[in-house]
Amino acid sequence: MKILVCVKRVIDYNVKIRVKSDKTGVEKDNVKMSMNPFDEIAVEEAVKMKENEIAKEIVVVSIGTEACKETIRSGLAMGADRGIHINSDEDLEPLNISKILMKIVENEKPDIVLMGKQAIDDDSNQTGQMLAALSGFSQATFASKVEKVDSFLNVTREIDGGLETLKLSLPCIITTDLRLNEPRYASLPNIMKARQKKIDSIDVSTLGLDLSPRLSVIEVNDPPERKAGIMVKDIDELMEKLTNEAKVI
Amino acid sequence: MKILIVAEHDNKDLKPSTLSCITAAKQIDTNIELLILGFNCDAVIQNASKISGLKKIKFINNEDFKHQIAEDLTQPIMNIVKDAKYTHVMSPSGTFGKNLLPRISALLDVQQISDITQVIDHETFERPIYAGNAMLKVKSTDKIKVVTVRGTCFEQALLDGNVDVEEIKFTTNNSEKVKFLKHELSESDRPELTSAKIVISGGRGMQNGDNFKLLEGIADKLGAAVGASRAAVDAGFVPNDWQVGQTGKIVAPDLYIAVGISGAIQHIAGIKDSKFIVAINKDEEAPIFNFSDYGLVGDLFEVLPKLEEKL
Ligand SMILES: Cc1cc2nc3c(=O)[nH]c(=O)nc-3n(C[C@H](O)[C@H](O)[C@H](O)COP(=O)(O)OP(=O)(O)OC[C@H]3O[C@@H](n4cnc5c(N)ncnc54)[C@H](O)[C@@H]3O)c2cc1C
Ligand SMILES: Nc1ncnc2c1ncn2[C@@H]1O[C@H](COP(=O)(O)O)[C@@H](O)[C@H]1O
Repeated sequence: MKILVCVKRVIDYNVKIRVKSDKTGVEKDNVKMSMNPFDEIAVEEAVKMKENEIAKEIVVVSIGTEACKETIRSGLAMGADRGIHINSDEDLEPLNISKILMKIVENEKPDIVLMGKQAIDDDSNQTGQMLAALSGFSQATFASKVEKVDSFLNVTREIDGGLETLKLSLPCIITTDLRLNEPRYASLPNIMKARQKKIDSIDVSTLGLDLSPRLSVIEVNDPPERKAGIMVKDIDELMEKLTNEAKVI
Repeated sequence: MKILIVAEHDNKDLKPSTLSCITAAKQIDTNIELLILGFNCDAVIQNASKISGLKKIKFINNEDFKHQIAEDLTQPIMNIVKDAKYTHVMSPSGTFGKNLLPRISALLDVQQISDITQVIDHETFERPIYAGNAMLKVKSTDKIKVVTVRGTCFEQALLDGNVDVEEIKFTTNNSEKVKFLKHELSESDRPELTSAKIVISGGRGMQNGDNFKLLEGIADKLGAAVGASRAAVDAGFVPNDWQVGQTGKIVAPDLYIAVGISGAIQHIAGIKDSKFIVAINKDEEAPIFNFSDYGLVGDLFEVLPKLEEKL
């Protein structure tokens, strides 16, 4: 079985986000970048499937600037076999990302596509579902458990009311939730080995897709600020404030 | 303009988030229709027919819609959207809408706008990015706007109307690709996290699941919902659907009480629209105090029993 894992390069989740003063976006210069945390979980799940001899080959794909190769390398260091980099200097919207991924899916014919449930920069939570609709692959979003049973995958999903389990036929698309697994750290020997692994580069313009943006950014603002309030000394004072000042109980 | 709202429900109840979505839609145009896809969901239709400000309810009753599998819901929505020339397709941004609407968006070849917090005009919306650390105002040039709506940012539509109901026939080609196996839903008599007036949440500081009883006692006295940080859920103290934050539930109660929670940005992202935030933490340096209206430094195991007693 072949698994395709989609990884996005995003601002590291520990970085404090700063909105640019001209309101066109957020500050990205000299900011630490990492693999989207949900995509790390996707890579980990794929590597586990390979270790359990469910999967034979893991291909990591990332769309974006030249620097995305670094993100692909981290996936290779975790245990993926080879990489595909789609070179684009534009920030692409999820619909366009899913169209590009569709091309990769047509070429690579994976049995399973593993993706994050959301990219922590745009917080869109769209690409996996869009790719599922375009490809006709079966879909399970927000996965917290994946089990192979015969030729199917039983996927447990985290939904608003609790958990739901679906039985998927292959090929399928699975988007990961936080509790699916804990991604490993790449060991030094594996980081070295990853340098030898192959990354194919494809320029996005050669794919023959119309990728014009559909949304235009009017402005990006700081969120309304929450000011720190006061410290109370004990429960009595807290009760007094909540009853008489805030009037919420 | 003509707006279609895909209702979120469980065949028994219409989710309150659907009512908030309708309020958001009203800020775009008054020509709003609600689509209910379900199985034996008469109670939902009955309830929805009282929503004020709706032009029409369309529903399809079909056994394949029992578990709201995205694959099965996609085709009927596509048929309806194409037949009736809607300009907007909307749904609440819970796991139901997140799972389904991007499919519709891709098949219509439009770019969805997720989790809006404000309607600026019929084509311009505000939505949070970077876990709410920045607010993006964005304008869509697509012919149909597909939008999911953050429930906590819009009041619920009132239930004092009388709406026409139209049944639509649809013979399914039930997708054999995906089969429903089971649900493990958490049962609770407490209010739902996303619509509760008061929420009390525990974090890693609670130490184990048993200790959440300390919060539950208080919740019952206040009529509050109980939530948790990711650390508490990951440690297995409480079920996953209690998680509040960027990747859990977004809440905006009148009062949010955070107990033994440090205040990571991903947690704050889910609570910062609350009217009042109270933090109880034994570490006076905990970042949560920078976001709270009232902070109390103390050991939760001493403070909580006292609080329950005073209520
Ligand atoms: C991509 C991503 C998404 C995430 N999404 C979410 C999300 O949606 N929601 C979320 O919550 N987190 C989320 N996180 C995790 C987040 O970064 C934090 O790790 C998490 O919120 C920490 O939980 P906590 O505050 O309970 O634990 P800790 O940070 O360990 O804090 C525990 C607190 O309890 C206090 N404490 C301990 N004992 C006591 C006592 N006896 N009395 C009083 N106080 C005590 C301590 O002083 C400390 O402040 C996400 C992380 C990532 C990377
Ligand atoms: N530029 C990209 N390159 C590769 N994968 C991507 C890219 N953008 C999004 N994805 C995948 O789609 C998921 C959801 O992203 P989003 O819909 O933007 O929230 C991510 O977790 C990735 O797995």
